[in-house]
Amino acid sequence: MNGRFRKLGPVVGLVLVAALFSALRPATFASVENFQLMLVQTAVVGTAALGMTVVIISGGIDLSVGSVIALSTVVIALLLNAGLTPFWATAGGVGAGVCCGLLIGTLITRLRLMPFIVTLGMWGALRGAAKGLASEQVIVAPATWLNGLLNIPQQGQQWTLVPPGVWLMGVLALGVAGFLRATRPGLHVIAVGSNELTARLCGVPVNRTKLLVYLLGSGFAAIAGVLQFSYLTVGDPTTAAGMELDVIAAVVIGGASLNGGEGSVTGSLVGALIMTVVANGCTKLDMPNWVQEIVTGGIIVIAVALDRLRHRKS
Amino acid sequence: MVFNQQGSPDPPHPFLEMRGIGKKFEATVALDDVSLAIRKGEVVALVGENGAGKSTLMKILSGVFPPDAGAMFLDGQPYHPRNPHEARSRGVAMIYQELSLALHLSVAENILLGMEPLRGPFIRHPEMMRRAREALTRLGHGDLDPLLRADRLPIALRQVVEIARAVAVGCRLLVLDEPTSSLTRDDVTRLFSLVRTLREQGHAIIYISHQLEEVKEISDRFVVLRDGKNAGEGFTAATPSSSVVSMMVGREVSDLYTHSPRIPGEILLHVENLGGRSKPIHATVTLRRGEVIGIAGLVGAGRTEFLRAVFGLDPVRQGVVRVGAYAGPASPARRWRQGVGMVSEDRNSEGLSAPSSLADNITLPRLERFGRGGLVSPRRLRARSQHWIEELRIKCEGPRQRVADLSGGNQQKVAIARLLEADVDVLLLDEPTRGIDIGAKAEIYRWIDRLSAQGKGIIMVSSYLPELLGVCDRVAVMCRGTLNDARPAAEVTGHSLMLEALGGA
Repeated sequence: MNGRFRKLGPVVGLVLVAALFSALRPATFASVENFQLMLVQTAVVGTAALGMTVVIISGGIDLSVGSVIALSTVVIALLLNAGLTPFWATAGGVGAGVCCGLLIGTLITRLRLMPFIVTLGMWGALRGAAKGLASEQVIVAPATWLNGLLNIPQQGQQWTLVPPGVWLMGVLALGVAGFLRATRPGLHVIAVGSNELTARLCGVPVNRTKLLVYLLGSGFAAIAGVLQFSYLTVGDPTTAAGMELDVIAAVVIGGASLNGGEGSVTGSLVGALIMTVVANGCTKLDMPNWVQEIVTGGIIVIAVALDRLRHRKS
Repeated sequence: MVFNQQGSPDPPHPFLEMRGIGKKFEATVALDDVSLAIRKGEVVALVGENGAGKSTLMKILSGVFPPDAGAMFLDGQPYHPRNPHEARSRGVAMIYQELSLALHLSVAENILLGMEPLRGPFIRHPEMMRRAREALTRLGHGDLDPLLRADRLPIALRQVVEIARAVAVGCRLLVLDEPTSSLTRDDVTRLFSLVRTLREQGHAIIYISHQLEEVKEISDRFVVLRDGKNAGEGFTAATPSSSVVSMMVGREVSDLYTHSPRIPGEILLHVENLGGRSKPIHATVTLRRGEVIGIAGLVGAGRTEFLRAVFGLDPVRQGVVRVGAYAGPASPARRWRQGVGMVSEDRNSEGLSAPSSLADNITLPRLERFGRGGLVSPRRLRARSQHWIEELRIKCEGPRQRVADLSGGNQQKVAIARLLEADVDVLLLDEPTRGIDIGAKAEIYRWIDRLSAQGKGIIMVSSYLPELLGVCDRVAVMCRGTLNDARPAAEVTGHSLMLEALGGA
């Protein structure tokens, strides 16, 4: 009962915000094309938020997401230029992300460092690595089907409703939700996040679980990088700067607790959508950029405050 | 007046008087009609077993929570502190076991924390130094440099700083909670002379300790608590230790305990010369099927550390733990697979995951039983949990409810259900009935009996001696890190165990 209400909170918020903008700008905001566009605009942050949801549920944090996205776009562009097929270039980009996750997880578990510190270090180091690989330049890559991942379906393909990148995000979301609810490692992630000592007492392999968590965090960031590459069509080492905060905000608006143990995949995606809807709606109302930023910041604080209030009641 | 009944020449108004204090936590009665009084210039020892209600009483005194019944008077005036700060401003200071200094500040800054002498917004540094030095001198520690950072001081001197802080704000009643537990013998001697200095300066001191020798040495009077009630008091000099022990232990076994006849079978667990990081120093014990072994001892003797080392939660320095035929390295995951389970003494922060559901808590150790290839069926998790909810009669809304919402007794049943679900052969129970009501205790005793009759082996650590005598087949005493031989429960008494735990026998 309480749990269901919790999950509904962000959805209600999303419906309210969308209804508000639809009422104010029925013609431009509430159109099929605009809804498709908003889903496209959500795809990168939403995909990265899937990994971040797992990280935050485990009681950790990952500040390196934006840098991993940039690194991923650079690696993909470089591999395409080296003559690899789009599939293998993508695999290389995601593989680079997984390696970053392996490094982060190893530092956190072996050296017993705080995730905040380790990923803050990686936030800088990986951004630097991306710039180094790209010689501080935007890398132009040959055009392939990768560039079409976020294209709105054209005439004759309208049965797909949304671009393949958005479908990818949806399928991955189902996978992560299933992982968290119905697999042993998934339940271990929740157990470590809600009470690490109890998890240890119950024989949960705490370090292995944390390693997996950061692998997933960086892995999903790298997949978000694939979508970002598709959107940019070039490898850009300076892209997605500050995006880690959008990703964390999406997860938190979606009802996750930074203390760990709580959070949901649907919540995080809804959180990401709320941010897109606000940004898009404000543009349609011709509000300047700074107003959007204040509104988005306010929504983060209000979402967490409402969550806290609900907690206190129960 | 409380004292005059005993014929002592006390003035009519003691400095502090607590009268008829009662306190309940949900269904558990922690204190029932407890009285305590102390004059200025007096050291009163508060003694009793763990869980007798000493810390609850002191928390009421220092304003952590209010009493449900009774009245308190300080210097003849009604005294109802709403929080520790208010208690302190009325002159009552707690010196806790875990000291509460700001380790990154200097000695002087610690002593005058929150009452720094100011000129405008700036701290008057010379004045602060002067007042810190004055407080330290009054305690006979004028040589301590007030500029030193607190983390540079050894524990004993940190304690002095803590006491100086209380004295500097004008506290007249000091409560010392187990102040010697981490001190060397020399430090203890110095602490005692400090306590005597405070007494001569007219402070009232309540001294909480397990060590009866210390109580004898330092206190004028003693007050014994048992099961949340007054169990006797008297003048220390006029009372032999053995009668204090009798007051602490009280009546022995009652019909609360179930103990059906048991026949020990094959060896389940053999521990040989086990040593942990610092404790235990040396422990040897053999557990057979159908046997319940109790471990008695004082808090800090190394009983919990013993169970943790056996279970692979803490590192092992020396010795062998053999489970069946396996004697290799230990980890909790291995132990669960070998059929060993543990209930932690710290239900809130380690034993259970409070924000998680009953089902998650019960099924966590053996999730592989609920599906194949890493998959887990949430429906089956809930179904099995429902089974144990009915079996153990856990009062709850269902397997999805959060453990945090349950009462202590029902939480403890969840912790035990976890072992039952994992179907372990060896149960390591650390204080399994701490802080739960009498009805839930009786049910847990019945389960222990039933499990041993099914051929399980149980090692149970408890600070409540009657429980050990009533439930266990054999009892071993842990004293300062060394586990003595386990002896048949019929051959020991609460009195003999307490003496052994104190290191006197």
